[in-house]
Amino acid sequence: MPKKILIVDDEPNIVVPLEYLMEKNNYEVKIAETGEKALELITSFNPDLILLDIMLPGIDGYEVCQTIREDPSLDNTKIVFLSAMARTIDIARGMGLAADEYITKPFATSYVMDKIKELLED
Amino acid sequence: MLEQKTIILISFGYMGLLFAIAFYGDKRAEMGKSIISNPYIYALSLAVYCTAWTFYGSVGAASRAGITGFLSTYIGPTLIMILGWPIIRKIIRISKINRITSIADFIASRYGKSTVLAGIVTIIAVLGIVPYISIQIKAISTTFLLLNQSPKITMASNLVNIPVLKDTAFYVAGLLAIFAVIFGTRHHEATERHEGLVAAIAFESIVKLVAFVAAGIFITYGIYDGFGDLFQKAQAVPQIKKLLVMDVSATTFTGWYNGLFLAMLAVLFLPRQFQVIVVENVDEKHLNKAIWLFPLYLLLINIFVIPVAFSGMIHFFESCQMDTTCQQSLSGTFSGILQFTNGIVDADYFALTLLMSERREGFAMLVFIGGMSAATGMVIVETVALSTMVCNDLVMPVLIRVEALKITQRHDISSLLLTIRRASIILLLLMGYLYFHFVAKLFSLISIGMMSFAAIAQFSPAIIGGIFWKGATKSGAISGLLAGFLIWGYTLVLPSLVQADFLSQDFLSNGPFGIEWLNPHQLFGLDVALLGFDPYTHAVFFSMIINVLLFIGVSLFSRQTEIEQKQATLFVDVFKYAVASEKSSFWRATAPLTELKSLLERFLGKNRTQNALEEYAIEHHINWDGQLTADAGLVSHAEKLLAGAIGSASALVMVTSVVKEEPLGFDEIMDILDETQQILIYSRKLEKATIELEEANARLKELDKLKNEFISTVTHELRTPLTSIRAIAEILHADTNLDEERHNKFSGIIITESERLSRLINDVLDFQKMESGQIQWKISQFDFKEVIEQSLAATFQLVEEKSIHLKFHLPKSEVQVTGDMDRLIQVMVNLISNAVKFSPAKNGIITIGMDTENEHIKVYVRDNGVGISPDNLEIIFEEFTQVQDNGRGRPKGTGIGLTITRHILDFHKGKIWVESELSQGAKFLFTLPLAQYSDLDEGVKIT
Repeated sequence: MPKKILIVDDEPNIVVPLEYLMEKNNYEVKIAETGEKALELITSFNPDLILLDIMLPGIDGYEVCQTIREDPSLDNTKIVFLSAMARTIDIARGMGLAADEYITKPFATSYVMDKIKELLED
Repeated sequence: MLEQKTIILISFGYMGLLFAIAFYGDKRAEMGKSIISNPYIYALSLAVYCTAWTFYGSVGAASRAGITGFLSTYIGPTLIMILGWPIIRKIIRISKINRITSIADFIASRYGKSTVLAGIVTIIAVLGIVPYISIQIKAISTTFLLLNQSPKITMASNLVNIPVLKDTAFYVAGLLAIFAVIFGTRHHEATERHEGLVAAIAFESIVKLVAFVAAGIFITYGIYDGFGDLFQKAQAVPQIKKLLVMDVSATTFTGWYNGLFLAMLAVLFLPRQFQVIVVENVDEKHLNKAIWLFPLYLLLINIFVIPVAFSGMIHFFESCQMDTTCQQSLSGTFSGILQFTNGIVDADYFALTLLMSERREGFAMLVFIGGMSAATGMVIVETVALSTMVCNDLVMPVLIRVEALKITQRHDISSLLLTIRRASIILLLLMGYLYFHFVAKLFSLISIGMMSFAAIAQFSPAIIGGIFWKGATKSGAISGLLAGFLIWGYTLVLPSLVQADFLSQDFLSNGPFGIEWLNPHQLFGLDVALLGFDPYTHAVFFSMIINVLLFIGVSLFSRQTEIEQKQATLFVDVFKYAVASEKSSFWRATAPLTELKSLLERFLGKNRTQNALEEYAIEHHINWDGQLTADAGLVSHAEKLLAGAIGSASALVMVTSVVKEEPLGFDEIMDILDETQQILIYSRKLEKATIELEEANARLKELDKLKNEFISTVTHELRTPLTSIRAIAEILHADTNLDEERHNKFSGIIITESERLSRLINDVLDFQKMESGQIQWKISQFDFKEVIEQSLAATFQLVEEKSIHLKFHLPKSEVQVTGDMDRLIQVMVNLISNAVKFSPAKNGIITIGMDTENEHIKVYVRDNGVGISPDNLEIIFEEFTQVQDNGRGRPKGTGIGLTITRHILDFHKGKIWVESELSQGAKFLFTLPLAQYSDLDEGVKIT
């Protein structure tokens, strides 16, 4: 059974290449453009890993992460922040919310894929 | 039917309530939570001006002389409060700095802390005020007797020969003395301020106002059908009709001005007024409200005077017609007294007798309490103020000087001070009673009041001259005061003794010993009939003129001592030296600490001395342990503390006895003052400079923060297209065998995102140019519709991608504008791409509209997105500002797009703004001048 990945980002031109990469690596993918939509999909789609942008319309990525981490039934869901916010303080805040990885944009696709594989093999 | 018991019980109950208020006020003051420290209480306490003379006497005066009979007494204070507040403020400031305890202290302190002057002022005040106190006694006892015999409303006409012990007035005086002693000298320590007393007085002011207005309303609307009905009925009475026509004789005219003049001075310089306005003032700022609140109070309490007077006349003239004795006595002019067969009705008490004749005993009781409030308020504050003066300025100076009494060696003088004050209060009321018993019954309330006012007016040249003219000397003040007072006594008091049959009538008609020009009602043969001078105007005219002339004349020809010179400067230049004089000491000397301390302890008591010294030590960072001498500053401080208890004149004597050295000379003092003044000015400047620096620093920091945020958002915005481009480039690089459809889509994205990157970089560069003011404008004239077309072409792809529906409201004809076309296209592109960005993902609608208004075109771009909250409508055009808007979510873009847009429109003399509500979409609007109204010339401009 393929692992499931949820991409949360409101920039369609970033989502397109990510979606292509995930599908190419045989993951099942769903897309959410907003934080609200992401939280909806987490319950119905139940992804194994979430690629999470931070600057989102409505509730932001930090809040999405926090909500997930407050739900014990989602303990096994991996969270990878993919954000253009590259200051140390932003990264620290993300990792402080118990995310599994924080990757700054722009990223090397190979690096992202390696991290995803690593996290999903555990 | 009111029983005597009931009246007495209610009266005592009321006094008990006042004590409770006073007690509470003092308790709160001790806890440091003053209840009188607000402008409303302050204004109410000033209304102690309204005594029984107001409460009852105004109605009597209105019955005799109509509106001219009483109104000047209230217009005077209104004028002085509104026009004379700078004088009042100056007096308050001087008194606070110098711890002035009374009006005598004020005058004495100004003229070199002169004990002689303090004594003279005190004597004048006592002699002038005793008659005034007597009318309060008269009012209370008369109304008590009236109420007591209800429902009968006439009074026995001859009350003069009642033996003292059967005289109600005697007991009233006695009770008043007890009240005043308890109210005014409750403290164990002699202080200048009485918080509880002021609270009680303010309460009494409310009671008397409510009582009189309530009675007025009942009489006007209960007995009659309002003002119209009352005045119609009044027209039918010939005596009233006469009052309604303004009597324009010279007497009315000068009498009116005389009343106005005296009332203006009395409201400030009556000892009780000085006490509440100046001595009891908690905060100078309270004056700001009092200058209109107090006149408002006076207006309210006077509204119903005329209605009450007229209805009294209508009512009692009717009964008079049925009484044979009365019918005969009722002449063309009403004298204020109606002589019935079985007694008299006095117009002064119409409010009471009217209510009684209507059988409204409860209501009459309320009026009685109101009148009692007016009378007791006056008596208590006046005797407290006078007793302070008698004690500090008359008795103490004598006791201190008489060596044999060894007064200065007694351990605790503060209790002696209290005893003297208590005795003075009792003595004052006894004098008031005696005056009432032997003289006052012959006069109306208002005539006695005028006499007091005329005496008090004598203080005004010395006070007002003293705070504005440094040249005024002690000799000048003494001469003016004494002369004015003597003329007052000669022209007003002596004639009143004639009326009381102590002197022969011949004295009035032919002058003393037949010397015509000494006639007390016609000094120097002045033709009073021609000038229209009544005896009061005559007395005020001569006493004031001679007072002022002597004050100025003698001042010009006499010299000031050093201490006078110093005090004159401190008083006249009080605002200049206010802080400096508080911080400087005028003693060269130091004094043994123990001696100074024991001096203070004797007058202030142990506790207060201890507290005062501790406060001083904390403020000046002094440790008393091991200190043997008090420095000059402490000596000065001690003098002020003493002045608060025994007046400035005695305080100076006492401190000199310990220091055994004269205070500094005038020149030395001025040096100190100027130096302190300079230091103060420097430190103020320094403070200002520091604040300015801090502000500049804060501004820089803020700007720095904004720049940092700007850089962080710009780089963030750069990362987004870069991310997309890099990811896709990596895919294209790795997957050489991508299908064609994907390949085209991916390369398309790279192109779009590269364009986005260039736009962003251009924006940043534009912004930088505009900020530094180096931008080239290519000015030409064109149709603005062309701008819209081109901007639509540029944003076509964005709109398509989100499948947004576009709507247009554009005019058919050309709309010519002058400006930089490319820049204006940039404006439209910015607005449209913004609208696209915030449009909903589905069913987005953008409307673009334009029309002409007067000399402008108005263009708008409206979306149906989430909108902007009202708070942010203004700031979104500011530099570096990104709206953190919950509605629109996290900000997108650098926030410089709108700033650039605003800059471009500013250059074109256009305006931009946004109209929006959350979730209602946003509508960006801007205006531009039409070509024919633009002041831009074609060509290239650099700004």
